Amino acid sequence: MKFEILVEVRLRPGIADPQGATIERALPALGFTGVTDVRVGKAIRFTTEAADVDDARRRAAEMTERLLSNPVIEEADVDVRARP
Amino acid sequence: MTARIGVVVFPGTNCEHDVVSAINRAVAVAVAVAGAGAATGDGATETVRAEAGLVWHGERSLAGYDAVVLPGGFAHGDYLRPGAIARFSPIMDAVSAFAAAGGPVIGICNGFQVLTEAGLLPGALQKNRDLRFLCTTVGVTVCSTRSVLTCEAELGSVLRIPINHFEGNYTCDDETRARLRDEGRIVFRYTDNPNGSVDDIAGVSNAQGNVVGLMPHPERASDLLLGSADGMPLLRSLVVSAGRRASLPA
Repeated sequence: MKFEILVEVRLRPGIADPQGATIERALPALGFTGVTDVRVGKAIRFTTEAADVDDARRRAAEMTERLLSNPVIEEADVDVRARP
Repeated sequence: MTARIGVVVFPGTNCEHDVVSAINRAVAVAVAVAGAGAATGDGATETVRAEAGLVWHGERSLAGYDAVVLPGGFAHGDYLRPGAIARFSPIMDAVSAFAAAGGPVIGICNGFQVLTEAGLLPGALQKNRDLRFLCTTVGVTVCSTRSVLTCEAELGSVLRIPINHFEGNYTCDDETRARLRDEGRIVFRYTDNPNGSVDDIAGVSNAQGNVVGLMPHPERASDLLLGSADGMPLLRSLVVSAGRRASLPA
């Protein structure tokens, strides 16, 4: 089966995020007040072959741990969907 | 005595020739060689001359080398994160084994990023605090001489060395930072923090002091014609460390 994976990587809480802070400071200038906790990350999408959804999730988690994120400063969410 | 120093080239590395040239000009002072009296410094001494050579990242062996340098640049395009893909290059298993066996390993700038990604040094290097690429000369204080890159440098001396990076903001958790401080593993600090690094850290070592990473480029401060020769004590330290390793019984 084929699965579509979305890995969302962002800096861990407590790690300074200068891009997020800059965006947060820019939004009020456009009239968007009350915006807090802006964090900038990256999204990585791919399609993978796997036996079932658990297998796909396990493979994606391992890829995320070993390459797609740096666990020292980043955390990640992995979303797995069976390809229609 | 000649010590052989391997300078690793990844696709996208761009400082390798500068490093080779600077190392080959860093003729070391006399070194106590292994054998009777080596520990007390009363033994025989020899002058070490370095012979640096390039090592392609696709190689799997560092046999014959007495020290290894991962130079600056943009290994594998810095895609994903600086060092993230380089750490899986074939040569990196040999670099890890060489480090574990006590061999001197230096990472300069992008090489420092590779060493943290590979887990050979703690922490990580993230984007500069002000989101600017920095290309300037900074003051760097030598905070430890218990490393293969500073054993011939003067403790507390301030060196003028160029930096050239976008991701040089050294980051680690509080526990790691406390450990680095307590164990004397903060090797270099900026006199005027340019990038937001915790504790003004410009370079760190592993517990044994044989693996060192730093963001400043000592090879770019290797001749007065370049504006500073302050990198030479560091390069001489590396040559001395390589010489000590070369003098070990095989």
